[in-house]
Amino acid sequence: MKPSDAFSRGQTPTFEESAKESLSDSQLRRNLGKATQTIRRKRAVAVEEMPDWEGLREAGRALKERVVRHLGEYLLQLEESVTRAGGEVHWARDAEEANRIIAGIVKDKGAREVVKVKSIATDETKLNEHLQREGIRAFETDLAELIIQLAGETSSHILVPAIHKNRAEIRELFMEKLGAQNLSDRPSDLTEAARLYLREKFLAAKVGISGANFAVAETGTVCVVESEGNGRMCTTLPPVLVTLMGIEKVIPAWRDFEVFMQLLPRSSTAERMNPYTSFWTGVSEAGDGPQEFHLVLLDNGRTDVLADEIGRQALNCIRCSACLNVCPVYERTGGHAYNSVYPGPIGAILTPQLVGIGDPGPDSLPYASSLCGACYQVCPVKINIPEVLVHLRGRVVRHRQYMGGPRSKLDPENVAMQTVARVFSDPELYERAQRWARVGQWPFVRGGSIGRLPGRLAGWTAVRDLKPIPQQTFREWWKRNRGSA
Amino acid sequence: MVYHEVPGDRGEGAVAVRVALFITCFNDTLFPETGRATVEVLERLGVEVDFPYAQTCCGQMHFNTGYQREAIPLVRRFVEVFGGYEAVVAPSGSCVSMVRELYPMAAELAGDGRLAERVEELGIRVFELSEFLVKNLGVTDVGAYYPHRVTYHPTCHSMRMLKVGDAPLELLRNVRGIDLVELSEAEECCGFGGTFAVKNADTSAAMLSDKIRRVLDTEAEVCTAGDNSCLMHIGGGLGRLRAGVETVHLARILASKTKEG
Repeated sequence: MKPSDAFSRGQTPTFEESAKESLSDSQLRRNLGKATQTIRRKRAVAVEEMPDWEGLREAGRALKERVVRHLGEYLLQLEESVTRAGGEVHWARDAEEANRIIAGIVKDKGAREVVKVKSIATDETKLNEHLQREGIRAFETDLAELIIQLAGETSSHILVPAIHKNRAEIRELFMEKLGAQNLSDRPSDLTEAARLYLREKFLAAKVGISGANFAVAETGTVCVVESEGNGRMCTTLPPVLVTLMGIEKVIPAWRDFEVFMQLLPRSSTAERMNPYTSFWTGVSEAGDGPQEFHLVLLDNGRTDVLADEIGRQALNCIRCSACLNVCPVYERTGGHAYNSVYPGPIGAILTPQLVGIGDPGPDSLPYASSLCGACYQVCPVKINIPEVLVHLRGRVVRHRQYMGGPRSKLDPENVAMQTVARVFSDPELYERAQRWARVGQWPFVRGGSIGRLPGRLAGWTAVRDLKPIPQQTFREWWKRNRGSA
Repeated sequence: MVYHEVPGDRGEGAVAVRVALFITCFNDTLFPETGRATVEVLERLGVEVDFPYAQTCCGQMHFNTGYQREAIPLVRRFVEVFGGYEAVVAPSGSCVSMVRELYPMAAELAGDGRLAERVEELGIRVFELSEFLVKNLGVTDVGAYYPHRVTYHPTCHSMRMLKVGDAPLELLRNVRGIDLVELSEAEECCGFGGTFAVKNADTSAAMLSDKIRRVLDTEAEVCTAGDNSCLMHIGGGLGRLRAGVETVHLARILASKTKEG
């Protein structure tokens, strides 16, 4: 079964369309430019001081690759370990099934409200909307998640969901939605307002819901990495804890944390050590913390990704967001242009694979890159994002050519590419084309440069001039000056 | 390192080296003066340059836009044309990275084991101009004279795929008369990205505007790089704005030699 509406299949605009809008939002450009520049400078410093960073990256890559290669075995081992520790494991094929399982657990406890740890997996399944339809209110407790929930928006960054908002905007929002009076825009005042609002929720909630950064197959230990401590409130105070986790988040053994706990904080927040790292293994026999623990394992397209030998690297992601922070495209368009819970370079390779090639919105994402390679350079588990982008572009084009019917053959881009490919495969045709181009360009040349081109090439000349093709090609010069062919 | 396979590696002075010039379709058609400058620099250093006429295009545009099956005949052609040479030099980091880094993927896609072998064999003998000069010939001073204020933009593919490092800067620092100024946030992409500049023209333009701002901040008259594709993009923007800053390929700066000896 295909994922239901987890990614709004067939309804999302293309990246180009959405980017047009966000690029003209000056406030967004300023907020994002400032935030990403700061965090990438800090990250560079945090990574620079590690003598064995490249070794760590390689270890992280190798571990994740092993997980992906033996995913089935590790998941079964994880199920066994969690069950042994008193937890219950559920398997969800897709978003709908995951949501149904979780809503079932919540209703079973008679709860009408749940508190949530920041979790992209639950964003992916649109859990909050589902719970709402079932009459259950979900309260986001991560500060940034709370901000966008109150604003009725979606996340625009993997780690900093409200990165597109500045303090002044947050102040306005809190005054309106939390009824906070005389609030300043000082960060400490803003967090205080959120704290007052959230504390009640923590104490009242019967069910906490979380995602997971890692889950250890060997021990059944689940791990959440966060900076605020609000996550830990959710995982320790309510008597029932439900964790939704993508199946690729399993790691083999406890000792593997040595690698990931060094890679993740430095890559994501530029911290040497993560402030709040919560581990729990089933339920505690001492009666401390939740007395009931459910682990929901989510596929939702992941096993399809596994089938793609090049594309499956995307499953190695540990959600640090370093690739977003260094991406020159993301920095300018922001996360919303990607129309997915996974924005930025990692989103551009993950989303189209999870959704499946053949949906115009997600199909446009692998093209949302200049292939500059900055993402690959910083990825803590060495996902070769440019390689996957290029590979997915190939899949998109082949899908269009083979599934698009006869009309796809006439697509101007396809026609142009086929023609040029033919010209390039024959030096004689190629030389003839060079001569024709020289002649053919004359209607566009004005005052020594080309200021306007027709059709799809108009995007280039909208802001750039183009130099006319010179009267002599290099090979003509060589032939004349260096003689024999 | 792979470079030791090339004769004249870390050469002491001028050595008899013969290379094939891979001009790239882009330079051949749009920037022939870069090709002439490349020949000039190589010959000045005693390198014998051969130009195989049968060459056309490496197939990067097709491959990176997703027309990968269409690129495979071009991969085969490249291997045929250049396979017999001990070293191949091109004034483009981007096209060289296509050959070195993406040809293996193309051969894999073609499902052709023999092609994969030949691609691997040839890949290690294909060099971007500045890396060939500095890493293979061991030359950092090519005897150029260029009395202008210049800033250097390291192109993404030369920097991150080929890892040419400081080779272009080393060459520039030894140019007489040059006033070389550092570009801030130099390592950020200019926004070209091949068909990206057309498909995502708005985002590309947004990236370009920041690059242009930084170029203008240097107050340089010339912005140089090892790739005319990026330079065409940056220069196209500067030209549209009538900014009075020229884009000049690194090879042309290295080739220029007016007053001094």
